[in-house]
Amino acid sequence: MSILNNNTKIRYVLWITFVSIFWYEGCKSDSTKQDAIPDIVDYNIHIRPILSDRCFKCHGPDGNKRKAGLRLDIADSAYAELKKHKGAFAIVPHDTKQSEVMRRIITSDTSEMMPPPESNLKLSAYEIKVLYKWISQGAVYKQHWAFIPPSPQSVPDAHGSKWVKNEIDRFILDKMQSKHLVPNEESDKERLLKRVCLDLTGLPPSIGMQDRFLNDPSPDAYEKVVDTLLANPHYGEKMAISWLDVARYADSHGYQDDGLRTMWPWRDWVIHAFNANYSYEKFVTWQLAGDLLPNPGKEMLLATGFNRNHKITQEGGIIDEEYRLSYVTDRTNTFGKAFLAMTFECAHCHDHKYDPISQKAYYSTFAFFNQVNEKGLVGDISLASLADPPKISITTDEVNSILNFINKKDTTPVQVMIMKDSSVVRTTHLLIRGNYDQPGDSVTFNTPPKIFPFDTNKFSKNRLGLAQWLFDKKHPLTARVYVNRVWQEFFGRGLVKTAGDFGMQGEMPTHPELLDWLAMDFMDHGWDIKRLVKQIVTSATYTQSSKVTDQHLSIDPENIYLSRSKRSRLSAELIKDHIMASSGLLNTEIGGPSVKPYQPKGLWESSTSGRGQLARYIQDHRQDLYRRGMYTFIKRTVPPPSMLTFDGSNRDQCEVRRTLTNTPLQALVLLNDPQVLEASRVLAENLSNESMTINEKLDKAFRLIVCRKPDEKEKSMLLPFYESEKNKLMHAPEKADQLLNAGEYQHVHVADKAVTAALMQVIHTIYNLEEAVTKT
Amino acid sequence: MANEFFLHRLNITRRHFMQKSGLALGGLALGSLLTKDLFKGNSLASIPPVGLPHFAPKAKRIIYLFQNGAPSQLEIFDYKPKLNEMIGQDLPASIRMGQRLTGMTANQEKFPLIGSQIKFSQHGQAGTWISDLFPHISRLADDICVIKTMNTEAINHDPALTFIQTGAQQGNRPSMGAWMSYGLGSENKNLPAFCVLLSRGKGNGQGVYSKLWTNGFLDSIHQGVQFSNSDERVLYLNNPAGSDRQDRRAMLDQLSQLNAHAFDEFKDPEIKAKIEQYEMAYRMQTAVPELTDLTKETDSTIKMYGPECLVPGTYAANCLLARKLSESGVRFVQLYHQGWDSHGNLVNEMTGQAKDTDRPSAALITDLKQRGLLDETLVIWGGEFGRTNYCQGKLDPKNYGRDHHPKCYSIFMAGGGIKPGITYGETDEFGYNIVENPVPINDFHATVLNLMGLDHEKLIFKHLGRRYRLTDVAGKVLNGLIA
Repeated sequence: MSILNNNTKIRYVLWITFVSIFWYEGCKSDSTKQDAIPDIVDYNIHIRPILSDRCFKCHGPDGNKRKAGLRLDIADSAYAELKKHKGAFAIVPHDTKQSEVMRRIITSDTSEMMPPPESNLKLSAYEIKVLYKWISQGAVYKQHWAFIPPSPQSVPDAHGSKWVKNEIDRFILDKMQSKHLVPNEESDKERLLKRVCLDLTGLPPSIGMQDRFLNDPSPDAYEKVVDTLLANPHYGEKMAISWLDVARYADSHGYQDDGLRTMWPWRDWVIHAFNANYSYEKFVTWQLAGDLLPNPGKEMLLATGFNRNHKITQEGGIIDEEYRLSYVTDRTNTFGKAFLAMTFECAHCHDHKYDPISQKAYYSTFAFFNQVNEKGLVGDISLASLADPPKISITTDEVNSILNFINKKDTTPVQVMIMKDSSVVRTTHLLIRGNYDQPGDSVTFNTPPKIFPFDTNKFSKNRLGLAQWLFDKKHPLTARVYVNRVWQEFFGRGLVKTAGDFGMQGEMPTHPELLDWLAMDFMDHGWDIKRLVKQIVTSATYTQSSKVTDQHLSIDPENIYLSRSKRSRLSAELIKDHIMASSGLLNTEIGGPSVKPYQPKGLWESSTSGRGQLARYIQDHRQDLYRRGMYTFIKRTVPPPSMLTFDGSNRDQCEVRRTLTNTPLQALVLLNDPQVLEASRVLAENLSNESMTINEKLDKAFRLIVCRKPDEKEKSMLLPFYESEKNKLMHAPEKADQLLNAGEYQHVHVADKAVTAALMQVIHTIYNLEEAVTKT
Repeated sequence: MANEFFLHRLNITRRHFMQKSGLALGGLALGSLLTKDLFKGNSLASIPPVGLPHFAPKAKRIIYLFQNGAPSQLEIFDYKPKLNEMIGQDLPASIRMGQRLTGMTANQEKFPLIGSQIKFSQHGQAGTWISDLFPHISRLADDICVIKTMNTEAINHDPALTFIQTGAQQGNRPSMGAWMSYGLGSENKNLPAFCVLLSRGKGNGQGVYSKLWTNGFLDSIHQGVQFSNSDERVLYLNNPAGSDRQDRRAMLDQLSQLNAHAFDEFKDPEIKAKIEQYEMAYRMQTAVPELTDLTKETDSTIKMYGPECLVPGTYAANCLLARKLSESGVRFVQLYHQGWDSHGNLVNEMTGQAKDTDRPSAALITDLKQRGLLDETLVIWGGEFGRTNYCQGKLDPKNYGRDHHPKCYSIFMAGGGIKPGITYGETDEFGYNIVENPVPINDFHATVLNLMGLDHEKLIFKHLGRRYRLTDVAGKVLNGLIA
């Protein structure tokens, strides 16, 4: 990678060692770092993280808050004579004694100490030593890695390793070996199949699929499965879920009264786009600027709904301009985070404190999104507007002809908000301290030049130009950011851990060469998303087992070097999908208006103002109860509670990474949610009527839910549990009746209720196994 | 020790511990890691979540009685006879000083002043002015600290609520309770550190939303746990029909064995954590019903809160439940009572709202005091902004309303190290601007954190490269409020 020459590469590895040990210490400034000081100190790897975190707040890019006129993020300024102390210099290359920075850091005089004691920022002994060495080695500054375009990378030699399957593995193995780690063997077939099915379609493999794969000894058996899954229309659904987080998609307007909106045809389009494998370039260009393409078709207009998914107020009495500008702000911040992994929002009120985004540059980007002819408040909740202008109306005829991916259920046209610029360019002003009523200088269309210059000879001065700018092959961020997020989707953590921040305060890439290689390869192959996904899931890195050894835990507890596959709990949506699919309840319909499944009573009612269509939760019935989790209605002010418990997004703003927690409230959902109980009941009823032995029934239930055959020990536990439940329920028929009463799904007649209820209890226990809702 | 409740927290700490000490999993029996002794010793004290106050706290717990919709300060605490003298006259421009107005009154040609139509009198040794709407609170005048100079930046409900609850107007930041949970943890291993109770009066209401009790970028363990008014007080708490506590135990025993078997194969510490989560869920199933069972409360207690306290979901019931949760060690109990948005028919609406809230609020303070808990429990009463000194729409002293006013409003606090029996800050004779001791939201937060033993500049969480605080980049502790 261009930021690393061969000499520094080894040091980089050392740095990584230190990161792996102190990964969780990121929040702390006073951690004691006992690592060896690198022989050659690199600005990007060793120094910038320290300066950025401790110094740039006052001596960085933000011109208004800069203290003593000193900035330390640029060499010329850091080397120059201090404005406040003639004859003194902050940094004198090769001369630590003359460098005022060193003196101020190690002084015990609190009036001179840097960072000032009251800032609560402090350098550790290790950091001071590294800084010292960097200055004595010449204090060489380098550009931030993320702003240098990706460069061609040579793929490391695998030295005849049989483990390696494709280029990804060569990069991974190379780094792993330098850490004295050995990759795991390939995962057993059952677990691998579960993993890849869940990752590509979000649904578990059926028993038929399990048997076919287990009984297919051909060397390309796995690849055949992957190809089948990539062609499965549920692939589009799975890929759409994280995009809906990015696009802050929801079914209500957010804010206060939180009325209904109908943006779901846009969501149906996202699923379609992934299934049709639109290139990332087309996928994003249509969403950013479909309306500005020549002769835009309705599908292109629909795609622009991306930029109208933000919250919209319906609170009477608000100041129109304040909210109109807040929508533009949301689009600008979303653009920064979703496509550039830059924290644009920091420059809304002042120059960015760490990254080269001046407030002027922020509002110059803001200008692209400030051209919509829209209002802050169209009408309050009593007018019940489902879509505020600009909008399109989609008719049944259109659905039947050009937009057949939209799952429209009735003949009423559906309205969707879209982007449309007004014919006259609206002048954009910098807003002083971000206040809507304090316009400053006017600005013109531009992007932060240090990231990548906006060449007005090349790019149009509108959102289409902005999309062209993004997809210029020389752009340093677009491909890296997306490749990193796709990587995160499959490995649980990006090559850059901070998937939403590639800036100075973000983490360094763990595998910079691989990141560049993947980004270049992605661009060279037409931004082909399915191709990238296939590369990842067919790698040995992906297909290896997830077993954890003592060596793993001692050298790499967080699995940064990927010498094992990561076990991770399913996301909120996939937990529901898994339960529905394995019990046979799943309604596989794709798209359409969002649905309202079982939800504890009174949640919407207890928090509403009483106004609007969403004041009361009116639960759906029959097939709508069994839709995939991604179709559960999201009312922003009261998001679906079980989803939130499993770390689902409230879709308040753009999110590129969910946290993954483990809490007792999650246990309560899986133990007591009617959806889980109903699934257990229905599966038990169906199994009861199959002509099988009890052992076979338990095996089958286990295979449906855990997606592998139970081992002897598991069998030896499940059967006695079943027997004891059966005995108990035979003597308590009223309990069996009550248990079997779970859910609205039509009952199947069973011969012996105690037997079925006992089976239901075992199935419910299996659903609560850690492995059931975990990708292993 | 405080930190035992949600295991995720423990789990993170355990990971720290293992990385820090370089111990492989096999080197130490997991069981011993789950004991509280782990939290002893300095090596872990500074690891976030902090789990320890920065200095000796005055308050251990908070009960926040949020009056949602913004009660009018001019009818409760901020006595302004001048407005009665000048009734119907236009608000002088020299007083308004260009203050921006909401869309509801911005187009009014006149801003006719209107004084309180509810009588005021002085109470307690301190002579605190309180209106007749709050007879029970009036009797506690010497226990409470009235702040007349709260002020905010927002003029609409959503941003104002979000600001006072999370320290920022735009949402997705952790709420006060989440910060307390993050900073101090729970005192009870069977209950969450942060609980939320909702109720609604008959007045014009504004909604509440889960972002007000969000964990934001903090771990979801710090999210407020909402108690519902149904017979299932915490979501998904109740065992299904046909499954009693013994049945559940049998199932959990089976589950633990199966999960332990999986652990043997994969050695993933998350599996052990999962086993413990189920045990905690099981304990919570006992702890919560014990708390919400009011049958063991004495007659005199019931009488003090009023008969409504036996009806789940009322403000009175929530006040009583708040005492029980707090008494059991819940760090932060947040109530929201809707119905204070009196744009019209103000006297009637406020009378109804006061009737619902005055007695239970006072009972809560008295109850805590009788149990010796008031000293260590901070009670906060108040809304998101104030209301205008002029009438919204045409002036009718029998049926007037007031619009939103951000520049000054009144709240009160009691217990937990707050100075009792004082009125803090002063507004001008029009009740429009602050003339002495303003309390901006950030200062309010800094002071509340200080009472809890937390330095608002040190309670930080780094997210996407930026250090966040409840007080963001502002806030100072107001010593004049502290006993």
